[in-house]
Amino acid sequence: MMSKKTIASLAAFALAVYAVVPLAIAASGRLDFYYTLTSVALLSIASAGVWLTFYIGRINIGQGAYALMGGYASALLVTQLGLGFWWTLPLAGAFCALVAVLIGLPILRLRGVYFAMVTLVLTEVTRLTALALPFTNGAKGITSIPLPGALTILGITVIPDFSTLENPKLAFYFMAVTMMMLAYALVWRIVNSRLGHLCRSLQQNEELASSIGVNTAYLRVLAYAISSFMGGIAGASFVAISQSLYPSSFQVADSVNFMLNCFLGGLGYVFGPMLGTLLLYFGWDLLFATGRFQLLIYSSLMIVLMLVLPNGVLSLLERKGARA
Amino acid sequence: MEQVIANGLYLGAQYALIALGLTLIFSLMNVLNFAHGQMYVMGGFITYTAVSQFGLPFLVGLVCSAVILAVAGALLERFLFRPVIRKSRRDESTMLLAAGVAFFFDAVILLVFGEKQRGVPKIADGVFNWDFRIVMPYDRILVGLLAIAMIAAFILFMQHSRAGRAMRALAQDKVAAQLMGVDVAFYSMVGFATGAMLAGLVGGLLVTITGINLGMGGPTSIKAFMMIMIGGAGVISGAIAGGFILGMMESVGLTVLASSGDITYLVIFASLMVFLAIRPQGLMGKPWG
Repeated sequence: MMSKKTIASLAAFALAVYAVVPLAIAASGRLDFYYTLTSVALLSIASAGVWLTFYIGRINIGQGAYALMGGYASALLVTQLGLGFWWTLPLAGAFCALVAVLIGLPILRLRGVYFAMVTLVLTEVTRLTALALPFTNGAKGITSIPLPGALTILGITVIPDFSTLENPKLAFYFMAVTMMMLAYALVWRIVNSRLGHLCRSLQQNEELASSIGVNTAYLRVLAYAISSFMGGIAGASFVAISQSLYPSSFQVADSVNFMLNCFLGGLGYVFGPMLGTLLLYFGWDLLFATGRFQLLIYSSLMIVLMLVLPNGVLSLLERKGARA
Repeated sequence: MEQVIANGLYLGAQYALIALGLTLIFSLMNVLNFAHGQMYVMGGFITYTAVSQFGLPFLVGLVCSAVILAVAGALLERFLFRPVIRKSRRDESTMLLAAGVAFFFDAVILLVFGEKQRGVPKIADGVFNWDFRIVMPYDRILVGLLAIAMIAAFILFMQHSRAGRAMRALAQDKVAAQLMGVDVAFYSMVGFATGAMLAGLVGGLLVTITGINLGMGGPTSIKAFMMIMIGGAGVISGAIAGGFILGMMESVGLTVLASSGDITYLVIFASLMVFLAIRPQGLMGKPWG
């Protein structure tokens, strides 16, 4: 099924993230890059979810809401019920998927900018809900959440206790990139399956698809639930790293950024959001040196990029391919 | 009760003016202008600079805001949105551009005007008091009336001028309008400029009452999105209705729900969700924008 080329590039990518990057960081002594790259990996999981909703032809500016929900689900389960982090991770994702089904059923009937605006509003609603609910501790948030403990299955320690590790940053990095690869493998698998074909049919013409017997309502909700699942686990992992969570941890700006990551990388490419996240996050970080001109340069670059490559950075590859 | 209605009308008039600009740009170019809130903030700061720094009369400041924002809007359309719309494969790409413009405006405001809260002196003194049933400062009444006058002027412009008619034709059917000899490119630019100008005007009006600061851009955009969702995107009457409805809901909510904390917006959002589930295209919108 997979061509040799695909397997080779996959192996090269795995080698790069698991071996080359840690060695390079160790050599350069810039240990803070671990945190940056971990964030990029986690954010790109959430962006992959947004990309999947783009794939069914919906502009999703509500991923911040699910990241926040996932974060709160995990944090509350850990602090209130004393569950291990590794068990709360899938639970947080499942909780978000469930909420996505409930909210998605009505709002997925909307299209175009209407859907975009409703999801944007959803982000704000979630933040306000987190502020108002009795058990989320309001604006003070949830702090001093313990680091992820050990995960043992049948007496074998699969994942060691993070607090006993010498370098939890490295552990978080490995966790994040592993999850990122799993998430993208899932999206890639979906796109290259029957389900992917059906999703493309929704993107092109929903009425036509439904007239030839595609269950559009079911597909929409399914894709949205998977997307929100990814948002949830990304949010939950972020909380585990920062060990704290506030209603403002994920807000409208984050939702917009998730969407921008997809645009920047290119909506037509599965790995577009990963590249977009890397570029946007690193670009912002590198521009920190420019002080108060940071935002000005960053936004100007974004506008210029959009003027030059309106179909995303990965459309560069396509042009080269067309010439050859 | 009278007080609540008066507050609602006052808020609604401003909101409607903001929503009008956003919906105009949307109806002409299918662009969701994320930078609308930032344009509003920019307008406020320009009026502040004209009035407080240069000592000009308030009305001159307001005209400055309107002119500068209109020029900025025209330039944005000509040199950014038009080429991107032409080249890009999906309409939605303009969202990234609009978001980039919003960040850019934020950066410009930060560098030029700083991050402090700014305000200008009141434009009218005294408080209107009707038996303590309605108590409202005169400057708020004046601003509310100015806003309503501007809405009326805008409607007259759209209904009875050549440019207004051209823009309405464009919003209805771009191809048909072009076939009838409407200069699509020119009137798209005029529409974008008018939308930006309206945002600047509201900013200039409100700087006299609430003042202005850098952080107000984003929340204003979100409120404007809500208004055009209530009324229906791309429809002038819908934007006005949406503005007044949101203003009224906010005014009523703040009074009725005051005891239960800061949940007015939560309730408004939740009811909006329910409303949209029943009527996805808003009160007066056409289905799917």
